[in-house]
Amino acid sequence: MLKLPSYASPLERVWHYAFIAICAGVFLFLIAPLIVIIPLSFNSLPYFTFTEEMLSLEKEAFSLRWYEDFWSRDVWRQSILNSLFIAVCSTVLATALGTIAALGLSRPHMPFRAFIMGLLISPMIVPLIITAAGIFFFYAQIGLTGTYLGIILAHTALGTPFVVITVTATLIGFDHSMTRAAAMCGADPTRVFFKVIMPLILPGVISGALFAFVTSFDEVVVVLFVASVEQQTIPRQMWAGIREQISPTILAVATLLIVFSVALLTTIELLRRRSERLRGVTPA
Amino acid sequence: MTDAAITGVVPPANEPLTTADGRPLKSALARAERMRRVKAMLLVLPLLLFIGVSFLFPIALMLFRSVDNPLVADHMPRTVAALEAWDDRSELPDEAVYAALVADLAEAREDRTIGRLATRLNYETGGLRSTITRTGRRAARLEPPFKEALIDLNEDWANPETFATIKRLGNRLTDVQYLAAVDRRYDVNDNIVAQPEVRQIYVSNFIQTLWMSIIVTVACLVLGYPVAYLLSILPLRYSNVLMILVLLPFWTSLLVRTTSWIVLLQTEGIINDVLVWIGILSDDGRIQLIFNAEGTVIAMTQILLPFMILPLYSVMKTIPPSYTRAAMSLGANRYYAFWRVYAPNTLPGVGAGCLLVFILAIGYYITPALVGGQDGMMISNFIAYHMQRSLNWGLAAALGTILLLGVLILYWVYNKLVGIERLKLG
Repeated sequence: MLKLPSYASPLERVWHYAFIAICAGVFLFLIAPLIVIIPLSFNSLPYFTFTEEMLSLEKEAFSLRWYEDFWSRDVWRQSILNSLFIAVCSTVLATALGTIAALGLSRPHMPFRAFIMGLLISPMIVPLIITAAGIFFFYAQIGLTGTYLGIILAHTALGTPFVVITVTATLIGFDHSMTRAAAMCGADPTRVFFKVIMPLILPGVISGALFAFVTSFDEVVVVLFVASVEQQTIPRQMWAGIREQISPTILAVATLLIVFSVALLTTIELLRRRSERLRGVTPA
Repeated sequence: MTDAAITGVVPPANEPLTTADGRPLKSALARAERMRRVKAMLLVLPLLLFIGVSFLFPIALMLFRSVDNPLVADHMPRTVAALEAWDDRSELPDEAVYAALVADLAEAREDRTIGRLATRLNYETGGLRSTITRTGRRAARLEPPFKEALIDLNEDWANPETFATIKRLGNRLTDVQYLAAVDRRYDVNDNIVAQPEVRQIYVSNFIQTLWMSIIVTVACLVLGYPVAYLLSILPLRYSNVLMILVLLPFWTSLLVRTTSWIVLLQTEGIINDVLVWIGILSDDGRIQLIFNAEGTVIAMTQILLPFMILPLYSVMKTIPPSYTRAAMSLGANRYYAFWRVYAPNTLPGVGAGCLLVFILAIGYYITPALVGGQDGMMISNFIAYHMQRSLNWGLAAALGTILLLGVLILYWVYNKLVGIERLKLG
């Protein structure tokens, strides 16, 4: 489709190359901010720009000092552990609750489907600052501010919409006669779920879980409002770093997080292909 | 074989159909359907309860906080009661009110609630904080007649407006926070008037928030449309590779992307460096790209662009290229074929993408807070400011409620037009 026909007029030619240039520009705009940060994180000087030595590729201009700084500081290490702990717990909760709810929502007999779906998706739509303010008032009354449990529950609520959406999407076109067939063969509902339903919806469940994980791992507004110093997470630490003592250590963390998201993206992509193969959907 | 089973198979013509156990077929079917509905509902129930308790209830609590106003009624009960009888707002209230006021303030000072009381009244009428705390300090030693004593102490007590404020805040439910959120207040006669000009900040900020969100949405559409089109016409093996360039920013932490925009946009940052190096700018003519609205819009556009491209792409993918070819073989030129045939078909994607980007943009907090500075503040930043710094939670809740209302209307429209379950992720 991208080849110009030989009879294209000069105007069409100009327009064609302009179109490609515009698209290239937009792709650059999307990806450049991520690429730029990577070499800067190896800067041996505490600057946020490329020094002349870096541009002439001198060896001394590059160093791993910001990575060492990141690794040796207890606050950062603690915040990694906190982020992982909170994200894993809320992902497990969100995935379990979201998957079961999606199974119910996909049944043809579900009453008030649209309305309930709207309610369950709303945590994704309501501005985070409003969610955070509401949760702050609520937690202040029941004494959940500054606790891991409080943050995990809040992040679970924020993560469930993604699980509901991805699992409901995999359940579109789900053949309910398969569960009936399994039941007729004598399987009890738990067995039907794990042996028949689960393998089919697994790609949706995993990608929903990944979304929930990333949502929690990246979330900072609720953490800002309800966490105490004890529950510092990576985004919270980055926020503080940008606002208070800005140092290139943040760039090192950012680079690590970019590598992390590349890994996540790869996983998601592989899962999508597997799901399409399983459901017999040929990529069109 | 029982009789029932036989009649179940061949019912007499004048009797209703029944099942094997003799119940009418209609009610048996209704029962089975009901059971299925209940089972489906039971599966959804745990999440519904969880979201209800941990998300919807806290938000309802916040909504209530915007009208909830217990402080003055609880801690100045005598004054509020005495002010009931005060009607003529041009005259000062009588001695009974002043006596009640002295008693209330003395007690409030004793149980240390006077600070909160003073702060609350100060939100309403500037300057009352010091009046209240100072009067509270002396209240226990004042001698009757209290009216003269208080007026001697502070001239605010000779101003009917002070009492109008106390009387107004004596109501347990109040709309003053909403008035404050739209730059209005009550005057001494309880008429709604505009705030003094220096305190008019919220309406203009709501407009700025809307305006910035519109610019971000339009920018995303203008940038996203050609890219989505390109992705939809390329063969899959190329478009899959290019799609990574869209999805990688989507999956990268918001703070990482905001950080990189700070690095790029700073006055000593890379964009300015490059412009100076090319020679467009002189070294001391570097432009200010950060800590203003422009920088916020640039960063937000990049951050929200994938939310525009993905819905556009999924709609464009379904439009057969033969439509445009048919139009052109019927004599339309490229321009005409595109605008009259192709573009109208992409409208569902345009609508979905624009609504999604606009909904996300209007409530943005992190990026404006880090890149926006004073100029690029959005309404979320004011909410955070009142939550964390000024501690005027009522006003924060009122601002939040207005924002939430706007978002919910858009969400409803989105649900009507697009359907929330058709939201594409990744």
